[in-house]
Amino acid sequence: MRTAAYLIKKLLSASVTLAIISLLIFGVFQLLPGNPATIILGVDADPLQVQALSEELGLDAPPLQRYARWVAGLFSGDLGRSVRYQVPVIELIRQSLPVTASLAALSLLVTVALSVPVSIYLAKNNNKKLPTFISALMQVGIAVPSFWLAILLVMVFAVVLRWLPSGDFVPFSQSVSGALRSLILPAAAISIGTTAVVIRYLKNTMLDQLSMDYVRTARSKGLGKNKVLYRHVLKNALLPAITMLGMIAVDVLGGSIIVENVFNLPGIGRLIISGVGNRDFPLVQGLVFYLALTVVVVNFVVDLLYAAVDPRIRLK
Amino acid sequence: MKTRKERNMKNFKRIIAVALVGILSLSAGCAATQKEAAPENSVPPVTESASPSAAQSTPASDVTVRVALGSEPDNLDPMLSAATDTAAVMMNVYEGLMGFDQKGDFIPAIAQSYTAAPDGLSYTFTLKKGVKFHDGKDCTAKDVKYTYEKLAGLTGEKPLNSTLSQELVKVETPDDYTVVLTLKQRDAGFMSKTILSIEEEGYADNSTKPIGTGPYKFVEYIQGQKIVLEKNENYSTIAERKPTIGKVEFVIMTDENAKLMALKSGNLDIAGVSAPNAAALGDDFSIVQGPQNMVQVLALNNAVKPLDNLKVRQAINYAVNKDEIIGAVVDGKGTKVESFLSPSMATYYNDNIAAYKTDIEKAKSLLKEAGYEKGFDLTITVPSNYQTHIDTAQVIKDQLAQVGINVNIQLIEWAQWLDGVYTKRDYQSTIIGHSGKLDPQDFLNRFTSTYDKNYFNFTNPDYDKLVTEAAATTDISQRAALYKQCQQFLVDQAASVFIQDPHIIFAVSKKLDGLQIYPVTFFNMSDIHVKS
Repeated sequence: MRTAAYLIKKLLSASVTLAIISLLIFGVFQLLPGNPATIILGVDADPLQVQALSEELGLDAPPLQRYARWVAGLFSGDLGRSVRYQVPVIELIRQSLPVTASLAALSLLVTVALSVPVSIYLAKNNNKKLPTFISALMQVGIAVPSFWLAILLVMVFAVVLRWLPSGDFVPFSQSVSGALRSLILPAAAISIGTTAVVIRYLKNTMLDQLSMDYVRTARSKGLGKNKVLYRHVLKNALLPAITMLGMIAVDVLGGSIIVENVFNLPGIGRLIISGVGNRDFPLVQGLVFYLALTVVVVNFVVDLLYAAVDPRIRLK
Repeated sequence: MKTRKERNMKNFKRIIAVALVGILSLSAGCAATQKEAAPENSVPPVTESASPSAAQSTPASDVTVRVALGSEPDNLDPMLSAATDTAAVMMNVYEGLMGFDQKGDFIPAIAQSYTAAPDGLSYTFTLKKGVKFHDGKDCTAKDVKYTYEKLAGLTGEKPLNSTLSQELVKVETPDDYTVVLTLKQRDAGFMSKTILSIEEEGYADNSTKPIGTGPYKFVEYIQGQKIVLEKNENYSTIAERKPTIGKVEFVIMTDENAKLMALKSGNLDIAGVSAPNAAALGDDFSIVQGPQNMVQVLALNNAVKPLDNLKVRQAINYAVNKDEIIGAVVDGKGTKVESFLSPSMATYYNDNIAAYKTDIEKAKSLLKEAGYEKGFDLTITVPSNYQTHIDTAQVIKDQLAQVGINVNIQLIEWAQWLDGVYTKRDYQSTIIGHSGKLDPQDFLNRFTSTYDKNYFNFTNPDYDKLVTEAAATTDISQRAALYKQCQQFLVDQAASVFIQDPHIIFAVSKKLDGLQIYPVTFFNMSDIHVKS
C-alpha cells in the first residue's frame, strides 16, 4: 500500500512539473512581440505568404485557446507541425531519436564502464601519488566544456591524424562498425566530463563509507579488505550514484545538443538548432517540450529505482 | 536523508534549469545563425571533389564532389518547396521555361524563345525539341501546362504559388511545342516566374524520387545527411551546362565549425564560409566571393525630424564613408553600392549614378543650411542578432561624430525590430540588409508610397509613377532605363544611405575550378570542373 502511495505521489509531482513546463514553453513564445509569421519569414517575404502562414499557425485564435489546443494535442501525442518541413514534429523526432539515443547510450555506457573501476581503485589507494594525480586530472575533466573537447577531438583525430571521420554519419542500419566509428568521438567528448564527475562523487562516497562503524565491525569480525569493499561499501556507495546517474543522463542529453552540431550528427540536438536557425517555432516548441518530458521521465524512473534499491525510502 | 519535499523541489529546479538552458541556448543559437545578414541569400553551398588520388588520374566523370548544404531540404518537389537553399540544389535536377545567368539575365532553357504580346497580357513560349525528363519521356507543352495550372490553382485545387494564383488566367497549348500564358494584368516582373521548375505531367513522386530535365539526376536523399546527384549523360537543354563532374553529394551541415573541420579533413570540397573562416583556411582552398544580391542600408525614417529635411539626409550621405565601412566590417569583402539595387542585377543596376562622395565640409555646410549647425542626436536601432550591422553602426557613429551628429546605438531583439521598426515604423534610423530575387521590382518597389512595408516612410508621387511604369514595361532595355532612373531618384532624394552588398564567400578545393556566384542562390554544378 505504501509503495502504491509513493508511486502516486511521484506521478502527481511529475504531472504538475510537466504542466508548469508546458505553460513556460508556451508563454515564452507569446512574449515575442508582433506576428510570429513575420518573424519566421523575415523581411523578404511577400504579404500573402505571411497571411497564409498566420492562418496555418492558427494565430487568429486568442492565446488561451491556442494553449488549450496545443495541450490537447500533447495528450494525443501530437507535438505540433513543423513549418519548414511540413510534417508532424513527432515524425521528425522519430527520425532523429535513434541517433541521439545511441549517442546517449554509448556515452552512459562509457561513463559507467570507466568510472566504477577507477573510483574503486582511487578509494582503495587514497593518498598515494598516482591516484592523487588522477584525481587532479578529474578536476580538469570536470572543468572542460564538452563542445570545446569535441572541437579538439575532431582536430586531432579527424583533421590531423585522419583516423576517424568528421561530419559523416553512418546509420546503424547501414553498417554497425561504421556507426560506431562515427559515434566514438562524440561519445568521448560527452563522457569525459561526466566520467570525471561520477568518479569524484563515487570515490568520495566510498571513502565516507569506509570510515563508518560497520566497516570496522566487519573488518574486526575477520572479513577481508576487498570483501568489505565490494560487498558492503560499494553497494552503499552505489545508492546515491543512481540519483547521480539520473542527473548524468540529463547532462548527456544537454551535451548532445552541442556535440551533435560539432560532429554533424543528424540527431535531436541538430534538429533543435536548425529549428532555431529557421525560426521554426512549432518545431522548437515541440522539441523543448519533448526534452523536458524526457527529463521528467528519467527522474521518475530514477526515483523508482532508488525506492527499489533502498526500501527505507518508500517506507518512510 | 533529505525529505521528499526537498528532493521534489530539487528535481523541479533541475527540470526548470534544463528547460531554461534549452530556451537560452535557442536564443543564443538565433544570434549565431542570423549573424550574417540575409538569412535567405547568404546561405553557402558548394562543392568539392574527390579523394586525393582523383585529381591526378581519374576522369572527371568518376569524381565525387562534396558540397556543404546549410540546412535540411524542406521538400524535394520544387512546387512544394519554399527554401532558397533547397532550390539551389534542385535547380540542378529541374529546369524552367527560362533559366538565368550570373548577371541575373534570363536565358532560354526548356523554352527556346518567347514573345510578349504588345498589350503585355500574354506570353508565348516556343519549346525546344528533344528535351527529355530523366525517365526518358519527352518534355512537351502538356508538361508546362500541367505545371503552371497546378501552381496557379487553375485545376480547382489550392494554388501553390501566390503570385501566379493572382496573375495567371489561363494556359493554352496550340501544339506540342507552343505554350501561351495569359495574365490578368500587365506585369513585366512575370518573367521571374518563368524559371519555375517544370514537372512531368501526372508524375506524383517528385517529393521522394524527383524527376526533371536538368543536368543532374537525383540518386538519393538520406535524411539528416545528404542529397546525392549524378551526371545526366543525355543532357541537352542548355549547351553550356553539360555536366562534367560524375557525382555530387550535398552534405547537410548546420554548424560553421563542423564545416571548417570537414573542409580541413578533406571531407568537403566546397562550402560557404564566413570572412574570418575564409582567412583561416589559408592556401589549401581557393576563395571565391562576390555580391549576393543584397543591399545593406542605413534606413532613414523620412517622416521624423530632422530626417524629414532633404539637406539633413544629404549631409548624412556626405558624412558616411562606405569604403571605410567595407574595410572595417567585412574585411573588404563587399561591393559598394550607391542606390537600392545590387550590382548582381547587372542589366538593371545603374553603375553611372551621380552619387555622394565623402565630404565632411560639404556635410557641415548642408547641416548649417538646414539649421542644425550644432548637430543633433540620432538613434540607430540595430537588430542585435546581426553582428555585421552592429559593427557597421559603430563605424557610422564615429563618422557622423565628425559633423556633429551624436549617434546613439540601440540594440534590440529581432522580433522587436520586426514589430517596432519594420511594421510600426517607430524609429529614427536602422541598419538592415534586403535581398532580392530576379526582379529589380523586389527592391525598388519598397520605396513606393503604396508598399505596405515602406518603413522608410518615403513618399513621392513622381517616384511611384516611375516604378509603376517600369513594372508594366516588357521591353527589357526600356525597363532597365526606367529602373536606372528610379535608382538615381532615390540618390537625389537621399532617401537613405545605401552602403554595400556584403559578399557571399565560398571555399573551394584547389582540385576544382569554375564556381560561379548567381544573384539567386544556385549551386550550379555544371560550372564546376576538375582542374587539369
